[in-house]
Amino acid sequence: MTAVEQEPGYRDQTRPPLWRDVRVLRVVGQVVFLVLVGLVLWFLWSNFTTNARRTGLTTTFDFLNRPAGVDIRDSDFRPTQPVRDAIGVGLLNTVRVSIVGIALATILGIIIGVGRLSTNWLVRKSAAVYVETLRNIPVLLWIIFIYTAVILKLPAINNAAEWLGLTVFSNRGLVIPWGEGTGNVNAFLAALAVAFILAVAVGAWRTRRFDATGEPHHRVLWGTGVILLLGAAAYVALGAPVEPTVPLRDGRVVQGGIQLGPEYAALLIALVIYTASHIAEIVRGSIQAVPKGQTEAAQAIALTGFQRLRFVVLPQAFRIMVPPLANQYLNLTKNSSLALFIGYFDLTRVTQQAIANGNPAPQLILILMGCYLFLSLTISLFANIVNRSLALETR
Amino acid sequence: MTMGSTSAAPEEPISAPDEAPEYHLPPREWVKENLFNSKLNTVLTIVFGVLIAVVLFRATRFLFFTGRWEIVQVNLANYMVGRFPRGELHRIWIAVFIIASAAGMGSGISARRQRAEGIEPNRVASLKRAAPALLGLLVILSLTRTITPTLLVLTSFAIGAGGYVLGQRLPQKVGRRQWLLYLAAGALAYMALTQFGGVGYGSWGGLLLTLFVAAAAIVISFPFGVLLALGRRSSFPVVRIVCVAYIEMIRGVPLITLLFMSAQTLGFFLPPGMTRPQLITRGLVAFVLFAAAYVAEIVRGGLQSVPKGQTEAANALGLTPIKVTFLIVLPQALRNVIPALVGQFISLTKDTALLTFLAVVEILGVAQLVTSQPGFQGQGLQAEALTFAAFLFWIICYSMSRASQRLEKRLGVGER
Repeated sequence: MTAVEQEPGYRDQTRPPLWRDVRVLRVVGQVVFLVLVGLVLWFLWSNFTTNARRTGLTTTFDFLNRPAGVDIRDSDFRPTQPVRDAIGVGLLNTVRVSIVGIALATILGIIIGVGRLSTNWLVRKSAAVYVETLRNIPVLLWIIFIYTAVILKLPAINNAAEWLGLTVFSNRGLVIPWGEGTGNVNAFLAALAVAFILAVAVGAWRTRRFDATGEPHHRVLWGTGVILLLGAAAYVALGAPVEPTVPLRDGRVVQGGIQLGPEYAALLIALVIYTASHIAEIVRGSIQAVPKGQTEAAQAIALTGFQRLRFVVLPQAFRIMVPPLANQYLNLTKNSSLALFIGYFDLTRVTQQAIANGNPAPQLILILMGCYLFLSLTISLFANIVNRSLALETR
Repeated sequence: MTMGSTSAAPEEPISAPDEAPEYHLPPREWVKENLFNSKLNTVLTIVFGVLIAVVLFRATRFLFFTGRWEIVQVNLANYMVGRFPRGELHRIWIAVFIIASAAGMGSGISARRQRAEGIEPNRVASLKRAAPALLGLLVILSLTRTITPTLLVLTSFAIGAGGYVLGQRLPQKVGRRQWLLYLAAGALAYMALTQFGGVGYGSWGGLLLTLFVAAAAIVISFPFGVLLALGRRSSFPVVRIVCVAYIEMIRGVPLITLLFMSAQTLGFFLPPGMTRPQLITRGLVAFVLFAAAYVAEIVRGGLQSVPKGQTEAANALGLTPIKVTFLIVLPQALRNVIPALVGQFISLTKDTALLTFLAVVEILGVAQLVTSQPGFQGQGLQAEALTFAAFLFWIICYSMSRASQRLEKRLGVGER
């Protein structure tokens, strides 16, 4: 008992004073930080409300229901429709250019990235020159260059470039062959969707079979077969719901095909060639990042060149590729906002027009940022799902 | 240098990695090996040969025969400095001299340090690296109509050489703070341009403005970026959430929306009665807000690359958390992110093209304006004007990206 009295409890002895207690400091620090951030926000907000009152700016979102007064080219949008709808059309246009752009940039980027690793000196060097030229010049300059110095310099419509009778390229835009749907096109698309789901199911069945018996699964072959077979059956059964149409020019009028407006075409081409140069570098880097021992081991078990690539190198390269690739997709989507400079009516351009027509800028810009954040988060979400499904299962 | 390694390797000075043994095949063999080694490659060679011939033919025709480059010749000064008053051009040259002397001194210091480490400077490699920049300079000088710019460029080369010699003789202690040298040179150059009755950046333009905005954005955003990165890794949840929210929000929206906000609504968030800042300042605010988020992500990568043992060892020595961060973790982290920061600087340089949106005439703005000048209007010279702007951007970005690749190798990022 006396020993205890001589040595007071451990806690009492070492408990520091309040201003040096980490547990207290943690709470105080965070409260102080929060107060500081709050003060800054409050300062900005009070300035905003004062200024808004002074200049008579509305601080509500009622303007969304007023007529937009914006004339959007190449769309059914009427200037009397509300601002809300104009933003919707703009968002749709942004998505339209982004999705097509992402698909094309990926294809072109993979071709060039693989080209940089070719054994052919000429191919290797041209791919390198492509990458170094394209990615060191701002994408905005590419957009403006392709719009003003390429598309607008195409011949006028009455002597448009018609290659093989398939295209009509003029300064009014590009017209390329396309499929035209008749009445049954929706039923046909539904049939294709069913075929796709069936193909996935067949693929899963082949995988199970492969796991159970070890016979070759040929998943891709089976899946493609199912889609083609069902697609062809539906096509015949519905009486040719989609017909290929080729643009035909008669004087100044073009019929058939699908028309890409000059702004859309310029924006798409510039975004694709610029992003492809970045994707090519990612593809090359990822393939080179696969350890050399993997290729050597594949060689040692006598896989052919194609098999080495298909079963050993590419699956591993793909895993490295996904995060930076997703980043490039994000960049492409964000860069599509540069459409503003050539007058393609994407989200940003529509917002700008709406502001020019007297709608309040702060709210509209807030909505604009919100839309892009939504697009970014959607792409990130997809990338994360793919990434997780590819990640190595380690502990 | 051998921090953290457990091997007992003798501490020899690091020598330059041996070049791969070069052996030259005879031309016939080389062609066979590199162009026609398989059926596919033969086809590819022929297809690409034709393609390249066509592209080269058209490019040569445009560059030397059909292109009408008077528009660039007449407007060369506009491309370089925009609306900078022509009576004050000597200030630009003084700034160039200051930068040249600093660059010379810096490379002198590096050359000496390398020599101390046993690496002989490789003159051929340096010349190869400088080739794009020299090419750019040659093209620009060939478009001038008087001899003065050429003489002044030669003078700045001489000043750079002087700086190189001086740099080699500086005491080693000075050499450790190389970044301070560059910062001081930048500040001095800025003062030479703006102070003593000079020209504020409101009337700058062209290449000068492009470089200024990119450099200012990276320098000003750097401290904010570091703080944001530290905040993102803080053990205080509140701090972490605020920093993550800021970084992800900025990275989720295009730069143009920030410029938009800065241009249209900055005035609303300033205290009433305060005059609205000029256009370039508003653009700069957007660039700084934007760059801070990206710098933060780069620095975060650097922080993550510092082994945990470093922090633990510092804690064991009884250093306070602030000392651990600023004396142990940050110096190692920042050293690792220099190449990535150069990369960010390159992409900011490219992004300055967006300033055209604010009706600020940087390189792209000049290229668009000159085609509507009285003498050139309606003649369809967009291709020439834009090609020259693209060439300027390409020279800057390509040289810098090569430099950052070299830095990456020299710092051995990812190799320790």
